[in-house]
Amino acid sequence: MANTLEIRWHGRGGQGAKTAALLLADVAFKTGKYVQGFPEYGPERMGAPITAYNRISTDPIRVHSNIYTPELVVVVDETLLHAVDVTAGLKEDGAIIVNSPKPVEEIKPLLNGYKGRVYTLDARTISVKALGKYFPNSPMLAAAVAVSGVMPKDEFINEMQASYEHKFAKKPEVIEGNMNALKMTFEALGL
Amino acid sequence: MAKRDRMSGNEAVSYAIRQINPDVMPAFPITPSTEIPQMVSTYIANGQMDTEFIPVESEHSSMSATIGAEAAGARSLTATSSAGLALMWEELLLAASNRMPLALALVNRTLSGPININCDHTDGMGARDTGWIQIYSENNQEAYDNFVQAYPIAEHKDVHLPIMICQDGFITSHAVENIELLEDEEVKNFVGEYEPEEFLLNVGKPIAVGPYSVSNYAMEARKNQEIAMENARDVILEVAKEFEKLSGRKYGFFEEYRMEDADYVMVIIGSAAGTAKQAVDDLRAQGKKVGVLKLRVFRPFPAKEIAEALKNAKAVAIMDRCESYNANGGPLGMEVIAGLFRNKVMVETVNYIYGLAGRDFTVTDVYDIFGQLEDLVENGTEIEQFQYIGLRK
Repeated sequence: MANTLEIRWHGRGGQGAKTAALLLADVAFKTGKYVQGFPEYGPERMGAPITAYNRISTDPIRVHSNIYTPELVVVVDETLLHAVDVTAGLKEDGAIIVNSPKPVEEIKPLLNGYKGRVYTLDARTISVKALGKYFPNSPMLAAAVAVSGVMPKDEFINEMQASYEHKFAKKPEVIEGNMNALKMTFEALGL
Repeated sequence: MAKRDRMSGNEAVSYAIRQINPDVMPAFPITPSTEIPQMVSTYIANGQMDTEFIPVESEHSSMSATIGAEAAGARSLTATSSAGLALMWEELLLAASNRMPLALALVNRTLSGPININCDHTDGMGARDTGWIQIYSENNQEAYDNFVQAYPIAEHKDVHLPIMICQDGFITSHAVENIELLEDEEVKNFVGEYEPEEFLLNVGKPIAVGPYSVSNYAMEARKNQEIAMENARDVILEVAKEFEKLSGRKYGFFEEYRMEDADYVMVIIGSAAGTAKQAVDDLRAQGKKVGVLKLRVFRPFPAKEIAEALKNAKAVAIMDRCESYNANGGPLGMEVIAGLFRNKVMVETVNYIYGLAGRDFTVTDVYDIFGQLEDLVENGTEIEQFQYIGLRK
């Protein structure tokens, strides 16, 4: 498992955290990696906390359990910080990304003393600018790639163009906006 | 040419169904198998296959319609989970006793209560005595490969039994992982055309399906059904050999993982076997002699072969993702232990119940279990021979 990157996503039902995890698996697969992307379902309803996971590795992945000691945690909804222990098991040399307009200093006190890298991303502003609507999953997906460094930015952008063309074959008008959201995220994080 | 792709377990089974292009698929949706009829009906709507899809009003009807179509001479299948399989109970027995070689994609989910949508093997194990061949899968690849092998096993003239290809609900059905797919033509040739020997729409040779049998004959019919299940052993292995020639992937009744010199062995079914293999690698790196026996074929039950594989072990953990409520052990535990005794393999066994209703089963759980086995053998520590693991304290 030494060559495996483990990521845990926290979101609320309907926000696309599961979709983001599956898209990340998809794009990592295209760069030649072994991948896993899977959701953990509780009661299925809009707004309920949900968890999704990724394993990305250079070796075949056999473990079929949830992830307890991730390298990276992505929090798609800031209000979860009061409801879920999002840093549980998160490695000290790992990182957490929180979808929030607030500066890192304001988020840190809500992270149970987590000592690793902390990032905030204003996914709402990016999404509204790029897409005209609030869909946090594209910016948070780009943030996960940027912070984890799981693949080079250019490779990611190229592969996502193809993924979106496939995913949004019936809604081509949203492809450009989603691509812009990815690029704006890299700029916002300075990565 | 194999094609590398990534997809979920449900996508993988749907892909196999498209390639097989059976004649009839009646189905009724239930989580977590719903995506299978959904994806298949999308393939049909897109003109990628020409299976007759029949939306029905319940699983009682989906299995009845599948039996009806199969009896008429059409290659038929359906998919379900959990309560859906329970509602098919009577028809499961009918499918087997009427010797219908139909297929069922079972996406394993627990049964109520408490009501829960997640994985365990309560549904499949509940149907273990209905006369179906049962094959379990570790991941999306195996769900796909097992499905491609389903009809050649079921339709074999020495078998003629229905077959259930099982995979773990959500854990593999909804997890996107890497997979190697066969070409459409390869699958088509491997599965072949369905040529039933006797069928209702054969006007030149009328038959009755499901007539009453008096006691003078009914027991012989049951014995013939039992012989068919015994015959399935050889057929399953022959089909696996042919499949290996096609795909390069080897299958048998079970997979032995690092068992050569293993003192301690875990016998396990389904997705948790992958987790166990990872733990075995970790423990082997520390010099522990541990291994995994992953059971693929539960019906027919390969008791003799399992006993042979376990004869040199010092202790064995038998893992049940299902309760039997017999206050004695789980279904796999009971059958493995009976098989060991009949084959005079007297090895220590501990039967663990794990992962009920989606309770996670981790690499750490596997370390703990092997630790217990070692403690039992090395230090003579007494442990419960039937116990739960991963239970909230």
